[in-house]
Amino acid sequence: MILNGLFEQELKVVNIGLDSFQQALEQAGFTAVQVNWSPPAGGDEDVMAALKKLGL
Amino acid sequence: MFVIGIKKSGEYYDSVTLMLASRDLLETEGVDDAAIVMGTEENLQLLKGSGLLTEEMSGAGDTDLLIAVKAADEKLARETAGRAEEILRESKRKRAEAGAHLPRSLEGAVKMMPDANLVVISVAGRWAGDVARDALKRGLHVMLFSDNVPIETEKELKELGREKGLLVMGPDCGTAIINGAPLCFANVVERGEIGIVAASGTGLQEVSSVIGNRGGGISQAIGTGGRDVKDSIGGIMFLEGIKALAADEKTRVIVLVSKPPDAGVIDKTAAAIKEIDKPVVAILIGGDPVVLKEAGAHPADDLEQAGLIAVALARGEDPDGFREELSRRAEEIRKTAKAEATKMKDGQVHLRGLFSGGTLCDETQLLCRETIGPVYSPAPIDPAYKLDDIWKSRENTVVDLGEDEFTVGRPHPMIDFSLRKKRIVEEAADPSVAVILLDVVLGYGSHPSPGEELAPAIAEARKRAAKEGRHLTVACSITGTALDPQDREKVNRELAEAGAVVMPTNAAASLLAVEIVKIRRGGE
Repeated sequence: MILNGLFEQELKVVNIGLDSFQQALEQAGFTAVQVNWSPPAGGDEDVMAALKKLGL
Repeated sequence: MFVIGIKKSGEYYDSVTLMLASRDLLETEGVDDAAIVMGTEENLQLLKGSGLLTEEMSGAGDTDLLIAVKAADEKLARETAGRAEEILRESKRKRAEAGAHLPRSLEGAVKMMPDANLVVISVAGRWAGDVARDALKRGLHVMLFSDNVPIETEKELKELGREKGLLVMGPDCGTAIINGAPLCFANVVERGEIGIVAASGTGLQEVSSVIGNRGGGISQAIGTGGRDVKDSIGGIMFLEGIKALAADEKTRVIVLVSKPPDAGVIDKTAAAIKEIDKPVVAILIGGDPVVLKEAGAHPADDLEQAGLIAVALARGEDPDGFREELSRRAEEIRKTAKAEATKMKDGQVHLRGLFSGGTLCDETQLLCRETIGPVYSPAPIDPAYKLDDIWKSRENTVVDLGEDEFTVGRPHPMIDFSLRKKRIVEEAADPSVAVILLDVVLGYGSHPSPGEELAPAIAEARKRAAKEGRHLTVACSITGTALDPQDREKVNRELAEAGAVVMPTNAAASLLAVEIVKIRRGGE
């Protein structure tokens, strides 16, 4: 099966980042869910490294 | 001029919020330049280059917010910087309100939509890799719009994608069309029988638009990001994309679009082409397509030709049938060039190209090299022609205003025309300029009304030149289709009414520009 059958499926998009990309897809008649994303640990690299170490 | 710099530690904002806030500041009367950015190493360099780096910003890191304002006096600079903080606070409040009902993670989104199959990621590069890896592990295809993803991460993600039968488009992939859906910056083209694999964003947009405008259609258009065709990645997704289109029943013709791939990738691509029983068209911008031609591909000289050949092949027509039509058009363009050049004043001999599409800028540089010789650019083909100061053109110059050094704290020039409008008027003041060449890229993601944005600057530029007795040609190309949200015809009309000569493709507009330069130089 090519690419797990992607070309035969209805495209359903999760958008993480610029919300205009999600809006454009909806405007064009496609399904897209926006994620209200923020960087892990508020963007603090040290805290992030520690969390990764802890497997979180 | 007074420059003020503020550092605020531990405050994160996404790049779009920062760009919009920067734009707000730039529109303030008396403010010469402004940037609001996160303090990454790259941004610090860019601030330095724009003369916006101050002592207050020293020691800034990735998680520090930096505000820089250059204004007529200290009071205005301080007031403007203060306003930046207000704008950001307000946007944070609004976002929190609007985002309250949205999932906060990919896991949450997948719970909400269990049959999700593709994730579009445009978060900052240092986090994009982790998000993409999470998506692949969940069995989801990935489009990575983000750039600044380390090359080792790209390779790891693409190897994982290949193993799991998943697409990894990008990093730095600006456009794709999957199952008819325009992703990120993409044009609206009817569905059809032509599949595209592209390692070049605006290259894909130009080819798909040409196909659409010619009445053809797109089955799938897969972007890979520019680095995929380098030996360090080995063309992993370029080759997976070819394989997928070769096996796809709805795809009858395959078009490959790329800047010159590394030798190893060319060889692998040639081997893949030999295995395919469908016609393949290849456009390698600035590369020698001989290896691919030997493998059976139809080589194209430019992006427009790639689209035209593909449409002819999909219809079972002669792939060279368009050549006569193009040579007739070239004759028409030469006539227009002559009519324009005749109105010009002594000393008007130079071309200035101000681009928003990187590949279109490259395409023009190549045409120039073959016709009027090498041109100056921040990223020239010939290193001897590197522009010392990217803000000042010299002789024949073409710049891609979408390059990082121009976009610090600003949205991309396909979204925000302020920098380009300023530069159009500046170029017009140079008495040696004969022609200004512009690309206008339509489609989702781009500015909703580029014609209205550019027309006043074009009219102003021509008026200023006329005041000094000069006739200035502004040649514009439009990349886009009648189905795009901007309405191609409307944009065409607005540009023409402002006095621009509008051409259907970048290849045609570039030909007009170089023909004018040739005539103005005399003897040709």
